[in-house]
Amino acid sequence: MDHLPYLVAAWLFVIGWYGIITSRNLIHLILCLSVVQSSTYVFLLAIGYRTGATAPVFNDVPPGTPAVDPLVQALALTDVVVGATVTALLLALAVQAHKQSGTLDPGGVETMRG
Amino acid sequence: MRPRQRAIVALLGGALLAGFLWWGALGLPSFGAYAGPYGDVVNAAAPADRQVQNVVTAINFDYRALDTLGEEYILFAAVAAAALLLRRVRTERQESDAASVSESEPNQPSEALHAWGLAMVACTLLFGVYMVVHAVTSPGGGFQGGCVLASAWVVVFLTGDTRLLHRVTNQNLVQLAEAVGAGAYAATGLAMVALGGVFLQDLLPNGSLGSPLAGGMMLVINAGVGLEVTAGFVLILLEFLHQTSETLEGR
Repeated sequence: MDHLPYLVAAWLFVIGWYGIITSRNLIHLILCLSVVQSSTYVFLLAIGYRTGATAPVFNDVPPGTPAVDPLVQALALTDVVVGATVTALLLALAVQAHKQSGTLDPGGVETMRG
Repeated sequence: MRPRQRAIVALLGGALLAGFLWWGALGLPSFGAYAGPYGDVVNAAAPADRQVQNVVTAINFDYRALDTLGEEYILFAAVAAAALLLRRVRTERQESDAASVSESEPNQPSEALHAWGLAMVACTLLFGVYMVVHAVTSPGGGFQGGCVLASAWVVVFLTGDTRLLHRVTNQNLVQLAEAVGAGAYAATGLAMVALGGVFLQDLLPNGSLGSPLAGGMMLVINAGVGLEVTAGFVLILLEFLHQTSETLEGR
C-alpha cells in the first residue's frame, strides 16, 4: 500500500498508451492522450506528498507548519490548464482530418496510416 | 498493420512497460515520506521573502516565472492554432454555400433555464474574479480563476441560447484580451529589466503578509494570466460553436 499512488499513475499511463495504439477513433485517441497526461499529475502530486502535512498555503496555518511540496503542485496546476488548450488544438485537428478524409478512424486518414 | 495484430503487439509491449513501471515504482520512497529539500526551502522562503501565503503562486509567478512564461505561450500558441484550423474549415464551408453564420437558432430556451443561467453566470463570474484576485492569500490564481471565468460563457451556452452568447461576446475583444494577457507577462518581465533588475525579477514592493496586495510583480503577471486564460478558453468555445452550427446548417 506504500506505493499505491505510484502504481495508479503507472496504470493510467499504460492503459492510456494502450488506448492510443489500438484506437479506432481520433476523438477516443485524444481522450486516451489526456489519460496518459493525467498519470503525470498523479505521479507528481504523489511524489510531493508528506503524511500529515498541510497544503502549501499559509493562510489558516502559520508559516513553518509542515506542508507538502509546492513545486510539483505548480507544475501540475499550469499543465492542467495548458493541457486543456492543447486538447482543443488536437480536437481541431481531428475536425480537419474528418473534413479531409471523411472518417475519424486514424487508419483511414491518409497521412496518419502507419 | 491490422487492428488485431496491433492490439497483440500493444498488449505485449504494454505488459512489458507495466512490469518496468511496477518495478520502478516499488523502488521509490514510500508514499508520504517526502524528503526532498526544495519544497521545504521554498515553503520557508516565500512567506518570509515575498510576504506571500500561497507558495504555489510564488513559484509560478516569481521563483519559476520564466517557466510559466513558456507555459503561457504554449497556451497562447495552442489557442491561436486551434482558432486558425477551425477558421480554415469555416471559410471553405462559406465558399461552398455562402450560408450566413449561426444567426438562425430555432429553439428558444425556457424562461426557467434563462433565470437559472443568469444566476449561475453571476455566481461563476464572482467566484472567478475572487479566485484571480486572491492569488497570493488562498488557493487560486490566474490559471484556475481564468478557467472558472471562462466557464461563465459555457453556462450561457448550456442555457441553449447561442445567439445570446454571440450577442454578449465581441470576438475581436476576446482576441484582443488574449493578446494583451499574453503580452502583459513578457512586458512585465521587460519592465523589471528597465527598473534595473533581471528579466522577471520581482522589484515591486511586496506589501505585508496576509494582504491580497502582497507579492509585487506576481499580481501583475497573475492578472495577465487570468485575462489570457479566460479569453483563450472563450475563444476556443466560440470557434467550436461556429464550427458546430455550420456543420448542422450544412446538412
